Amino acid sequence: MKSTWRILLALVIAVAISACKTTEPATDTSATDTTDTKPVVEEATTSAAPDPRDYTDARNFDNSESLLSKRVIYFDFDKSEVKREYRDIVAAHAAYVAANSTARVTLEGHADERGTREYNLGLGERRGNAVSGLLSVAGARGGQLDTVSYGEERPVCRVSDDNCWSQNRRVEIVYTAR
Amino acid sequence: MNETMKKLIYALLFLCISQLAHAKLEIEIIQGNASALPIAIIPMQWLSADPRPETGVSEVISSDLYRSGLFEPLADEDMVDRPVDEESIRYGTWRLLKVDYLMIGQVRDAPGGTGYDIVYQLYDVHTQESLLSQITTVGFGDLRFGAHRVADAVYEKLTGVPGAFSTRIAYISSTGTGNAQNYQLFVADADGFNPQAVVGSPEPLLSPNWSPDGQQLAYVSFEKGNSAIYVQNVATGQRELVSSGKGINGAPAFSPDGRYLAMTLSYTGNPEIYVRDLATGQKRQLTNHWSIDTEPLWSPDSQWIYFTSDRGGRPQIYRVAAAGGKASRITREGEYNARASISPDGTRIAVAHGRGNEYRIAVLDMDTGRMRILTPGVLDESPSFAPNGSMILYATREGERGVLSAVSADGNVRQRLILTEGDVREPAWSPVIR
Repeated sequence: MKSTWRILLALVIAVAISACKTTEPATDTSATDTTDTKPVVEEATTSAAPDPRDYTDARNFDNSESLLSKRVIYFDFDKSEVKREYRDIVAAHAAYVAANSTARVTLEGHADERGTREYNLGLGERRGNAVSGLLSVAGARGGQLDTVSYGEERPVCRVSDDNCWSQNRRVEIVYTAR
Repeated sequence: MNETMKKLIYALLFLCISQLAHAKLEIEIIQGNASALPIAIIPMQWLSADPRPETGVSEVISSDLYRSGLFEPLADEDMVDRPVDEESIRYGTWRLLKVDYLMIGQVRDAPGGTGYDIVYQLYDVHTQESLLSQITTVGFGDLRFGAHRVADAVYEKLTGVPGAFSTRIAYISSTGTGNAQNYQLFVADADGFNPQAVVGSPEPLLSPNWSPDGQQLAYVSFEKGNSAIYVQNVATGQRELVSSGKGINGAPAFSPDGRYLAMTLSYTGNPEIYVRDLATGQKRQLTNHWSIDTEPLWSPDSQWIYFTSDRGGRPQIYRVAAAGGKASRITREGEYNARASISPDGTRIAVAHGRGNEYRIAVLDMDTGRMRILTPGVLDESPSFAPNGSMILYATREGERGVLSAVSADGNVRQRLILTEGDVREPAWSPVIR
């Protein structure tokens, strides 16, 4: 009987102590993985490795040699122009979306923490629209594209410095259907 | 269960609860005021048969006055005398202690057993004149609120400005990272105590805004995957989805009469300011420009709507007549001015003022056109005027987390409200709740 009480007491103390723990402030500075988004299983086609430049081949989403595997576009501060170095990536996705009428893409726009939250919602949307516009011009249909702005609410990196900010100013090309 | 065991368990649980309550809040004055008024708040006599509360009424009053930066309450250990009525006050003693004002009082059961009466008197030590003699009646659970009301009365008597201690603040807190991230909208007393989560979500919450009667909060939630505006009753939790169109649904702002909600919508492809009639649901478009127009704010007389726009290249504050018309630029100094809050008399706006990578809170006097920087930065945003215009609450960063700070409207006194749990931001000071 006594030992039962002892165990019970130990349990209560353990629960009380763990409940007392205050949450540590977020210190995770590692960038969360944003390259891989949705594990969409494709029907098996040929067993041969795909040509990385065949942007209509869904197998290239997981082929690190193909531009289709790159799905994040980065921006300059307070800017929404898609820089020249990212044009090829956008063009690759445009080719895929144009060739696959069932493909659906959400362009998630983000901003770094500088400036106000609501203005940054606008900025994130402007960036999403810039990528969406390029996809449309290259043949994607309007119904295949959607833009959502998260502003500065979903940073991948939480340090207040240039390196971190440059990772957060981005548009993620998220396939909701391939 | 045996009695000792029971007591031990209760003691442990109590310890835990009180530790949590203490973990919530630390207040620290960063920069004080040399001309603060010295005042002695004598601990009140507790005349009720009920157990005495953990924090005394006089401690709450003292702490309110201290936080305002305008008062310097005498420390408890320096209180050589504890008068209980006018006859027992030895003014000479208090003059020697260099105290200008003295408050005494009692807490007793209110007639009819409905709560407590806080009975108090305020004296001028030099003239020996009675300045205030009042009774504040509160319900059983509302002693802290009662103490804030008393602090409001003392503040008004000695400064000529109504106090804002019995008001509340709303703010957003985020805890955890990645998939475990959780956002909560909190409402707390103006001193940060009694935080109550109004709504929680694994998706971002932002932009809380009070209705003018202090009963409702409008806010933005991403719980449906995209931004949407809700209006929620703080007491009942009942809420209404106001806007969830394509694109941005953001920056809700109640009109001073509570009938309209200004907001930012981008369903046309570009963020514009709209005004929605809350009774009929009809909305009208107020701005029409290819730039980002957002963060609407009503003037206290309802004539104007101030907003942030980058139509001139960088974000600046503009205003447009609430009835519609041409927008004119208000802020001219600095490369980035956004998210305005307006003083209750409508003469000043506080903004997030950016220069390079540094963002500070600045106040623009709209009559003189003078802009004054109030805070040291470096990532200060979301200014919110107290309903009496005396202070501005704002969000700042400490390392990798957000904390709330307050600065007096003249910039002389700053204090930090550390709500230790999580990343805290977007404070909104409530109107005066009567």
